[in-house]
Amino acid sequence: MIEVKNLYKHFNGRTVLSDICTSFEQGKTNLIIGQSGSGKTVLMKCLIGLYQPDEGTILYDDKDLSKMNKSEHQLLLQEMGVLFQGSALFDSMTVSENVMFPLTMLTNQKENEKKERVDFCLERVNLSHAHDLYPSQISGGMKKRVAIARAIALNPKYLFCDEPNSGLDPKTSLVIDQLIYEITHEFNITTVINTHDMNSVMEIGETISFIYQGQLWWKGSNSEILTTDNQEVNDFVYASKYAKAMFAAQRKNI
Amino acid sequence: MKILQVIGEYLFLMKRVFVRPKKMSYFRKQLIQEIDDLGLQSLLIVSVISLFMGAVLTIQTSLQTESPWIPTWTIGFVVRQSVVLEFSPTIISLFLAGKIGSSIASEIGTMKVTEQIDAIETMGINSASHLLLPKIIACGIVNPLLVIISIFLCLIGGWFACEFMSTIPSQQYLEGLMSFFRPYDIYYALIKTFVFAIVIASVSGFYGYRTEGGALEVGRSSTQAVVNSSFTLLFFNVVLTKIFLG
Ligand SMILES: Nc1ncnc2c1ncn2[C@@H]1O[C@H](COP(=O)(O)OP(=O)(O)OP(=O)(O)O)[C@@H](O)[C@H]1O
Ligand SMILES: [Mg+2]
Repeated sequence: MIEVKNLYKHFNGRTVLSDICTSFEQGKTNLIIGQSGSGKTVLMKCLIGLYQPDEGTILYDDKDLSKMNKSEHQLLLQEMGVLFQGSALFDSMTVSENVMFPLTMLTNQKENEKKERVDFCLERVNLSHAHDLYPSQISGGMKKRVAIARAIALNPKYLFCDEPNSGLDPKTSLVIDQLIYEITHEFNITTVINTHDMNSVMEIGETISFIYQGQLWWKGSNSEILTTDNQEVNDFVYASKYAKAMFAAQRKNI
Repeated sequence: MKILQVIGEYLFLMKRVFVRPKKMSYFRKQLIQEIDDLGLQSLLIVSVISLFMGAVLTIQTSLQTESPWIPTWTIGFVVRQSVVLEFSPTIISLFLAGKIGSSIASEIGTMKVTEQIDAIETMGINSASHLLLPKIIACGIVNPLLVIISIFLCLIGGWFACEFMSTIPSQQYLEGLMSFFRPYDIYYALIKTFVFAIVIASVSGFYGYRTEGGALEVGRSSTQAVVNSSFTLLFFNVVLTKIFLG
């Protein structure tokens, strides 16, 4: 479990995150949702330690991130898998080299053990045929899947995904969402996902933190989000006329 | 004031770069790759520049010294000294600052803006050392080799100018090449080149590393890398010349 308490982050005097208190549970897909520019990526980067929060604490299984010593922090980083908004695959390496990279750098596994693990991870994301392709030769959805394979190569305890399905068609988005959901439950991972895609919210939103202008505005699950009377959440959920009609019908069923 | 801050940031980055690599075997592989990328890819162009410049330098020198008071072999001597002391180490390094510097800065800059560097950091790997150390060491090895080749080819270029363009009798040119030779000059040239190589790779890496934004900023960093590594190089040239020869 990851807990965030009273987190503040400012950039050049501008407050981007303000008094965020929330938690992300183990074995669940925890969503952070909100409009573009609301501060989701900044929050995630604070969680993974790329940004230093100005105030507040982040607890990893009751351990304070900012109070960890170097080796504890190192250990935590190795228990973390991160999927960046733009996939962040290494351009100079093939798909299988990308997945193998954390294994090479951080473990003492033998060549055939590593190969086996790479095969397993690529199999898991349905990319067994893409081993020797370079990132420039594969599609956006495939890149995301390779990035997921790389993120799970070291059997992470915590998985962070920044907009895993932005820029993908609805069907591929669904595949990626399902994949993350399954992996989370299969390996009992604490998964945190940034998204602004309502389909993902409904599909895999086991816990949802809604960020509005840098503040935690609402917290709940996908079964509650359609029925809340929080104005800003409703504006987000029912942003389009189509969504309004569709979710209204669904709401009746609930 | 701003320049002091930049120098501080640079030194801070270098402190992170110069640490023992985590995986020696992987580092060696990267190093060989970089030697190939940064060094061997520059071999052809450096050779061509050196041959032509050597020829032109010889022709120019002979034109400027057409006096009965100056013995003809002096031309070979002057050409050799200019090539060994300045042309090959400094001008070729400046050229490499353009070629290698922009390639390092844009590669690292692109990795920065596409979050590849963040990805390395979140794995618990020191990205600065992982990415820059092989490049810096590769330049430190390769640039001096390129400069030795350059010196050699410049002098051959000069010989071509004598032999085929009848600038001066090539026998006298060769005589000049071999007179008053001090091995110290070669050491000086190589030490200079080595320092320049470290400057080029580390300054360009630094500018790549502090890139923020997108493709536009990558281009800007790459330009800054070339300009600033050239300035730094010229500054060190004065300092080193003063220390070693002054
Ligand atoms: N490094 C930075 N320096 C200054 N401001 C920043 C920085 N990173 C983010 N911001 C600001 O913080 C705010 C939140 O940005 P963030 O990237 O977290 O949005 P987001 O919710 O992830 O949006 P999107 O859905 O478009 O990815 C933005 O207004 C942005 O300008
Ligand atoms: Mg974002």
